[in-house]
Amino acid sequence: MALTITVNGRAREVESAADTPLLWVLRDELDLKGTKFGCGMSFCGACTVHLDGVPTRSCITPVSRVGTAKVVTIEGIGDTEIGGRVKAAWLALDVMQCGYCQSGQVMTATALLTRAPKPTDRDIDTAMSGNLCRCATYTRIRAAIKQAAGLPTDDTREV
Amino acid sequence: MAGQDAFGPAAGARADGDCGVPSRLTRRAFLTAGVAAGGGLLLTLHLGSAEAGELAAAAPAAGAQLNAFVRIAPDGIVTIVAKNPEIGQGSKTMLPMLVAEELDADWPQVRAEQAMLNPIYGEQFAGGSMATPLNWEPMRRIGAAGRQMLVLAAAQTWKVPVTECDARSGVVRHRPSGRTLGYGALADKAAALPAPDLRSVTLKDPRDYRIIGHFTGGVDSARVLEGQPLFGIDTVVPGMVYAAYQKGPVFGSRVVSANIAAVKAMPGVRDVFILRESDPEAVFRMGLLDGVAIIADSWWQTQKALETLRVIWDRDSNVGQSTVGFERQAAALSRERPQSLVRSDGEVDKALAHAHKVLQASYAYPFLAHVDLEPQNCTAHCKRDGSVEIWAPTQNPEPGRKLVAAALGIEESRVAVHMTRVGGGFGRRLLNDYMVEAAMISKRAGRPVKLLWNRRQDIQHDAYRPAGFHHFTAGLTPEGRIGVFRDHFVTFGQAGKVASSAGLPRSHFPAGFVPNLEYGQSLIELRVPTGPLRNPGGNALAFAFESFIDELAHAAGRDPLDFRLDLYGPARVLPTVAPPGRPHPPFDTGRIRGVLELVAEKSGWRTRQDLPRGTGMGLACYYSHYGYFAEVVKASVAPDGTPKVHKVWAAGDVGRQIINPAGAYNQVQGGILDGLGAALHQAVTVENGRVVQENFNTYRLLRMREAPPVEVHFRISENPPTGLGEPALPPVLPALCNALYAATGRRIRSLPIDPRELRGV
Repeated sequence: MALTITVNGRAREVESAADTPLLWVLRDELDLKGTKFGCGMSFCGACTVHLDGVPTRSCITPVSRVGTAKVVTIEGIGDTEIGGRVKAAWLALDVMQCGYCQSGQVMTATALLTRAPKPTDRDIDTAMSGNLCRCATYTRIRAAIKQAAGLPTDDTREV
Repeated sequence: MAGQDAFGPAAGARADGDCGVPSRLTRRAFLTAGVAAGGGLLLTLHLGSAEAGELAAAAPAAGAQLNAFVRIAPDGIVTIVAKNPEIGQGSKTMLPMLVAEELDADWPQVRAEQAMLNPIYGEQFAGGSMATPLNWEPMRRIGAAGRQMLVLAAAQTWKVPVTECDARSGVVRHRPSGRTLGYGALADKAAALPAPDLRSVTLKDPRDYRIIGHFTGGVDSARVLEGQPLFGIDTVVPGMVYAAYQKGPVFGSRVVSANIAAVKAMPGVRDVFILRESDPEAVFRMGLLDGVAIIADSWWQTQKALETLRVIWDRDSNVGQSTVGFERQAAALSRERPQSLVRSDGEVDKALAHAHKVLQASYAYPFLAHVDLEPQNCTAHCKRDGSVEIWAPTQNPEPGRKLVAAALGIEESRVAVHMTRVGGGFGRRLLNDYMVEAAMISKRAGRPVKLLWNRRQDIQHDAYRPAGFHHFTAGLTPEGRIGVFRDHFVTFGQAGKVASSAGLPRSHFPAGFVPNLEYGQSLIELRVPTGPLRNPGGNALAFAFESFIDELAHAAGRDPLDFRLDLYGPARVLPTVAPPGRPHPPFDTGRIRGVLELVAEKSGWRTRQDLPRGTGMGLACYYSHYGYFAEVVKASVAPDGTPKVHKVWAAGDVGRQIINPAGAYNQVQGGILDGLGAALHQAVTVENGRVVQENFNTYRLLRMREAPPVEVHFRISENPPTGLGEPALPPVLPALCNALYAATGRRIRSLPIDPRELRGV
C-alpha cells in the first residue's frame, strides 16, 4: 500500500512497509543520503529531520506516522532563510571534523534559531544536547549557532 | 617517553627528517611530467622502490584512477590527489594545502580528489597522527617542482630569463614587462619539460606562505551539508542488496544452528546463510568470524528479520570472562611478584627501604569502545571474473585488501578498494573485519551487497581499548624529589603475549628521570579483542601516571607545576627507545617545560589560591605522537557528587608551523572533549563473555551541555611540524582528576569517575 509524503516541498510516493522508519525511507527509497543513521533509538540525533518545523528523530518515526506533515531534510534546509544562514556559519567557522553528525546538528540548530533568534548559552545547551558529536566539535557548533544568530561568537559562559 | 604503542601500519619508517621525525621521501623517489588526458600537466610521483613498481604494474583497474599527484588542466583547475582516507582529521584538506602552497596555486582553483588504494601512492592510512610528519616534506617538494616547471614554461614562452619571472596564486608574471600567464595556459608547455629532481627544488621562506598557516575550511564540508553521498554508508551500486551479519555475543563463539527457514520467510528477505570463521584466532586479528548473514531488499528488512533470528551458539571457555573476574584476578596478581620486568633501573627495594616518605596507590581504568558515529559498514561486489570491488570507510585499506584476498583465495591485485569519507575513525577502522564480511557475503549472494552493522553490533564487536590496573609505589627524598618509582602493571594478554594496545612502553615517563625505577608486568588471559583507540597507550597510561605524580607532588608539599619542572630538569634532548620498526625522535625536555609554563601562564595557575572554595585546578602533561601537551582543568563538584568542568586550557608544541589553524584548533578541542567524555562516562563491561553495553544510553558520549570552553595555545618551536589527531587527548583525564582532588580532597583512582566518591564534600 503506497503512502504519499511531502519531502522538501515535493510529494513523494513511498512503497516501504508502513512501520519502516522515515530514516530508511529517506535514505534507501528516496535516495536522500544526507540524513544519517547513528543509533536507531533516538539517542544520537544524527537522523534529525523537521516535521512541520519540529526537529524529529527519523530513526524511530514510522513513515505511516508522517501523514500530512511537511518533511524537510538537510537536502532542503538550505532553501530556508535560517537554514541557509546556519549552513553558511557552519562553513565559515569550519565546524565539522568527520561531518557525520553535522546534518543532524544543522537541523536542530535551525529549529532552535527559528524559535529563539537570539539564543543564550543555556538555550543552546538545552536544544543541542540531544545531538551527539563523536568528534566533539561542540565548541564550534556553539560558535556557529551564535554567528548565524548575529551574536558575538566568543564563549561567554561563566567559568 | 610516553605511549608510542604500535599504531597504524608504519613499520619500517625511517627517521631521516630533522629531529628524528620521519619524512618519507626515499632517495630513489622521482617525479615525472606528462600530458594529461584532455590536455594540461600531470605530475606523477614514483617512489622508486622495487616493491611499489611491481605492485603498480598489477594495479587494479576498476573505476577512474588518477595515477598522479597533481593535474593542472587548461582551464587552470589544479587537482591534487588526497591519497589518505579522510576520517575527520582534515588530511584531505591539509595535504593538498602543502602541495598548493609550494606550487603557488590559487586555493579556490584547487580540487582535492580522493585516491583509490594504489601502491603508486605509497602508504595510504589515517593513523598515529602520521600524515603531517610523513608528508610535510615530500608534498611541498612536489608542489615546488611543479611551480619551477610552470615558471620555466612561461620564461621560454616569453624568451626571457627565468630569474625575471615569479609565480603567485596560479599566475606567472614577468616582472620587467608586467606580462602574465595563467597556469592553465602554461600547463601543456610545462608538460613537455623534464621534471626537476625533488631534492634540488627550492622551498619557500615560511614568511611568504599564502595557504599554509591560513584558516582553510574542509574541502568537502559544503558537500556534506548538502547531503551528498560521501560516506561509506551512502554507497549505492547498481543491483545492490542489503545485508546484516550477526556474530555471537560471546567472543569467538561458533554457530551450532539457526532457524534459517523462519528468517528466510520474513518480508523482503532473499537469503540467510552461515559463514564460518577463517581460523580460531581470527577474533584477535579482527578477521572473519562465525555468523549468520541476512540478505534483503532493504536494510530495514534485515533488521526486522534479525528480530526473528534464533541462533544456537557453542559455549566455550570464553563465556567465563567478566569484568568482575578481571578485577579479582588483577587484585590477586598485584599481591605477587610481576610475571616479567619491562624495565629495571638502580636498586628499587633498597631505595624504598631508605626513602624519606613512601606512597602506594592503585589505579584502574576500563575497556572502552570506539563508537564511531557511522556504524561499521562496507559495500562489496564479487564479480563473475573473480575480482572484487570494495567501497569502505576504512582508515587502513591495505590490510583490508590482504584480508579479503586471503579469504577469497585470490590475488591482492584482484581487489579494488575505494576509500569513502569516514564517519569517525578513532582507530577502530584501522581494522577491516567489516570488509571481509561484506566480501564473503557478496560472494555467496553473487551480487553487490551493502553490509551495515547496527549500533549494538558495533559496540559489542569492537577491538576495545584494554582495561588496566597499575599498582604504584614511590619514595620521596628529603628534598621532596622522586627517588624511587615502581609500577606493577596488571594488563592483558593471550598466551603470554601482551594484547594489542595493552603494553607499557619501557621508556614511559618517568623512566629515565628517576634513578631507581621498576616497571613490572603481569598478564590476565583475555579472550576479548583489543586494539588501538585514539592515542593508544597514552589515553589510559596518562591518567594513571600523571595522577600519581600529582599525589607525589602533594605528598612532597610542593606545587604540582614546580614538582614537574623539577622532575624534567633543565632543557635538554634525551634519546628515547622506540618499539622495533618505529621511528622515534629524541625527547626534548625544553619542549615539555615550554608547554607547562605556557599553560600555567594562560590559566592563571599561579594565582589559583584565589578560586572559590570547592573549585579546584589540576594540571597534567604528556608527550606522544611527537606532540608535547600540557593542560589545566578547572572543576567543581555538585552536592550530589557530579563533577562540573568549568574550563580547560591547553598548550601544545607540534613544531614550527601550524599548517591549517582551522583543523588544528578543532582537533585539540575535540580531543580534549573526547578525553573528558571518557573520564566522566565511559566503560565497556563484560559479563558472561559478552559486552553489556548496547547503545548510547549505556555507553555515553559527552554532550553539548557538558562541554566546557577549551582555550588552546600553540608554542611555536624550531622543530618540524607534527600531527594533532592524538597528542592533545591524554593530559585532560589526569588534569580533571587532579582538579577534583584540589576541589574536594578526594583522589579519583578509577575511571570512569564515580560521583558517589565525590558526594558530600
